[in-house]
Amino acid sequence: MKFSLGPSLFFWPKKEVEDFYQQAKSSAADIIYLGETVCSKRRELRAKDWLALAQEVAKDTNKQVVISTMTLLESPAEIQVLKRLCDNGEFLVEANDLSAVQIMHDLNMPFVAGPAINCYNLSTLKVLLKQGMMRWLMPVELSGDWLKILLEQATDAGIRQAFECEVFSWGYLPLAYSARCFTARSEDKAKDDCEYCCIKYPQGRRMNSREGERVFVLNGIQTLSGYQYNLINEMPALKSMGVDIARISADSSAAFTQLDNFREQLVHPTTTPLDGIAECNGFWHKIAGMSVA
Amino acid sequence: MELLCPAGNLPALKTAIDNGADAVYIGLKDDTNARHFAGLNFNDGKLAKAADYVHQRGKKLHVAINTFAHAGGEERWQKAVDNAVAIGTDALIIADLGVLDYAATKYPDVERHVSVQASTTNLEAIKFFKNNFDVSRVVLPRVLSVQQVRQLAKSSPIPLEVFAFGSLCIMAEGRCYLSSYMTGESPNTVGACSPAKYVRWQDTDKGLESRLNGVLIDRYQADENAGYPTLCKGRFEVDNNVYHALEEPTSLNTLELIPDLIAMGIVSVKIEGRQRSPAYVEQVAKTWRMALDRYQQNPDNFVVEGAWMNTLANLSEGSQTTLGAYHRKWQ
Repeated sequence: MKFSLGPSLFFWPKKEVEDFYQQAKSSAADIIYLGETVCSKRRELRAKDWLALAQEVAKDTNKQVVISTMTLLESPAEIQVLKRLCDNGEFLVEANDLSAVQIMHDLNMPFVAGPAINCYNLSTLKVLLKQGMMRWLMPVELSGDWLKILLEQATDAGIRQAFECEVFSWGYLPLAYSARCFTARSEDKAKDDCEYCCIKYPQGRRMNSREGERVFVLNGIQTLSGYQYNLINEMPALKSMGVDIARISADSSAAFTQLDNFREQLVHPTTTPLDGIAECNGFWHKIAGMSVA
Repeated sequence: MELLCPAGNLPALKTAIDNGADAVYIGLKDDTNARHFAGLNFNDGKLAKAADYVHQRGKKLHVAINTFAHAGGEERWQKAVDNAVAIGTDALIIADLGVLDYAATKYPDVERHVSVQASTTNLEAIKFFKNNFDVSRVVLPRVLSVQQVRQLAKSSPIPLEVFAFGSLCIMAEGRCYLSSYMTGESPNTVGACSPAKYVRWQDTDKGLESRLNGVLIDRYQADENAGYPTLCKGRFEVDNNVYHALEEPTSLNTLELIPDLIAMGIVSVKIEGRQRSPAYVEQVAKTWRMALDRYQQNPDNFVVEGAWMNTLANLSEGSQTTLGAYHRKWQ
């Protein structure tokens, strides 16, 4: 089983992004995803900068570098940037919208179907495989039981070897995308005049209930889980059902520690009690996502 | 431009047709549609009656099969397609790629519309659906501004349908797991958002509290109107500031966009609310019919009447309406 470092979902200054990926180079990750997936107004790094960073990260390592792309694309300008990233000629691409699937298919290039592509069943897997999918990220709201059934079906259908299966395993879960920017709203700004204020919140803005419960994290137009998802105790189960890759989200430098912890868990499995007011694993266990089973 | 109205049962369907709907959309009585509520929707017998009523009056019926098929349970979605086709539906509204594939392969002659739940917001995504499933219409999510809809309408190889009135999803539809995060059930998997069985109301000394699966969504003072605790429309706290952090209780209303939508060639305006009563359907259908007819009679002097706006506001969440994402300032 391999481990990946998912794309950072937050908006960080360019220098910090570069420092982060310097660290990532020597981390325990086998696969490194990078790129902007949330908001096209975030331009600390432009398409060419992300590609340059990808080259820098890929240099002198045997890690696979993947370019992650935007989830909610609403304008022709955004599609232009997407095409440029898809047609990079060097790196594998993670599609987070069907527009990217279409573009990769036109280019006759393989792609990763990211967590925002709604692939819930065998027929959909087949559709995406026909388009060129080589790796599938399970939608975050699905459970271990759902995955087990689907992977068994894929085996029975003789297509299991045609793709790798990756599971989001640690970090704030990407839960929703909107036209509205909630970070700008939290500062009483309109999206068109946002002043890129999400750069002030390197781990998003907490949105709590009036009883102080961490409900969600506001990250621009994206809503993240209030708790960090943690499947460390489920690693043996993931492995036994044939999951190929566990994804650790690039929330902060804590992700590097988690990569070590998760790797260790495969070698020496132990049970780590989760912190019920900061962590969750409900989705995997088919209960409310924010719960701990 | 077609007026497409919702119906959760036969009386609502008849009301919609009798009050000016050109077409009605409905769902089957199971989790294959995104309004899977108790007491709602159509079993096989009612489905046939619905089709007869609509077709006898020269109108159209669309059947929404727009949740995502479960692993190991795909037959249910395929059977829903079979049943809808059997009663002569004019269009299938589908979100799941696997279900679309099934419908396109087995019933190439039955119109397929891309559901709003498929979150299709740009030209390349539209091409994906056209190339793979030869769809004849795309329903746009409520995340685009009027300018963006116009741009897309100009370049799209397929006619577009937009939401015109009703409860406002503020997230890109089909890409929102907030409900399952809080309750375990989402529109994608179960066909319901913030399901009623998880709602609790409690009178406390701090005020009337609404909870969803235990999480405090809102707390109302005596002079405030309490609304259904849809989780994105509650009041939450961000750095000690308590406000509607995501959205206020409000409904979408686009009467004033009628001239724009017609000019850009939008083929259909959709009214939200299969879960609402026949009385709601009657008032919305009647008001929109009046507005559309008025525009046709005299396009150059079209003015939205105050009475129409009042009628629609009274049917809205929190008695207020918005242009939502169509208006950039909302974003």
